[in-house]
Amino acid sequence: MNCQQAKPIVEAYADGALEAAMIMELERHLHDCPACAQALRNVQSLKKALQQDAHYFAAPTELRRRVKAELNSKSELKSRSSMWNWLTAATTGMATACLALLLVVSLGRPSAEQRLTQEIVSSHVRSLMADHVLDVVSTDQHTVKPWFNGKLDFSPPVKDLAAKEFPLIGGRLDYLGGRNVAALIFRRQKHVINLFIWPTKEKNSEPALITSSQGYHLIHWSEVGMVFWAVSDLNEKELMEFVQDYEIRPD
Amino acid sequence: MDERERSKLFEQTVLPHLDAAYNLARWLAGNDHDAQDVAQEASLRAFKFFGNFRGENARAWLLTIVRNTFYNWLQKNRRQEMAGELDDEALAVEDAAVNAEALNLRLADAAAVRRAVEELPVEFREIVVLREMEGFSYKEIADLSDVPIGTVMSRLARARKRLQKRLAGEFKPGGQR
Repeated sequence: MNCQQAKPIVEAYADGALEAAMIMELERHLHDCPACAQALRNVQSLKKALQQDAHYFAAPTELRRRVKAELNSKSELKSRSSMWNWLTAATTGMATACLALLLVVSLGRPSAEQRLTQEIVSSHVRSLMADHVLDVVSTDQHTVKPWFNGKLDFSPPVKDLAAKEFPLIGGRLDYLGGRNVAALIFRRQKHVINLFIWPTKEKNSEPALITSSQGYHLIHWSEVGMVFWAVSDLNEKELMEFVQDYEIRPD
Repeated sequence: MDERERSKLFEQTVLPHLDAAYNLARWLAGNDHDAQDVAQEASLRAFKFFGNFRGENARAWLLTIVRNTFYNWLQKNRRQEMAGELDDEALAVEDAAVNAEALNLRLADAAAVRRAVEELPVEFREIVVLREMEGFSYKEIADLSDVPIGTVMSRLARARKRLQKRLAGEFKPGGQR
């Protein structure tokens, strides 16, 4: 590869959007070409400077309050008018409604996995909305891990991935699928990642599986007798990176 | 689903992204007052069209609406800022390497970085926010802004080039400020 070919793809490389085959070739060129290597460093420093929290404008409380107030008044108005419509149409609509309800109930019953996914997404969303994201606020794995002692009947593996740009923020106790679980919270830039961990009797490891629900990505896997579920609004690729960095892989 | 459930679901899926909505609006509009107006209007529109949301990516979906709301607002209020004059002769000139030392020095100055972004044309500000602050992929940005992926890449490259030149002190947009 020469500079002419390298130039247009240096940015895609910095953005993690270059396909694997090209990465090797480009890296070989960067190794030999100080000018292109410098161009890459410039893009990387620029990216870093732009990604600082200082440049992110959080929504003012006032805006949040106004939006919520408007939503409430809108949905109340609608509820009232739809109640009226319902009453007038009730007699003719009743039979259809019952039939529809039956269909919904029998078709709409979610599988155990769907229910768990739902619970995990809800828990993730709650953690974003409320102030109780964290029970223990610490970026130190050696503080977070012992904190779970006596609160859980297992000891979750706690890793800090700050070096991989997924800093640990803290942990909390959560309740999923009828049991207490450990929730660890990580960040990538503005994105929160919740990692839920609980023990399983299954001895075999299961590879990471990616799903999505309500706009969140979820990846779950199991190893060393534990089940792991990571959930975030981060894009799939970066969440996968997180999972790969987190995996313990004892072999 | 009745109206109350709908509203609750909206609060759970879409409202957590109000920060992202405001941040984009704030960078596009350039001030808090207009940004709040745009973000609020976009949120209410999102609620109105919540039925169309297919549960894929609530943040991208909301930001698409913020973006559309903003450009409508722009057309009504500040037509002169509308797109169209993105040809930057200053950059068409040989894209020689910038002075890395000067660049790094200015990058450490958050206020200087902020000013440099604020001085970008609106399409460039938009793409910088979507890529660097929201972390969307090229594909997601293409879908969100309704342009081909190639346009996303070239816009991003040009925005970055401008920022680098501006910060390294080699390029002044539209004369002195």
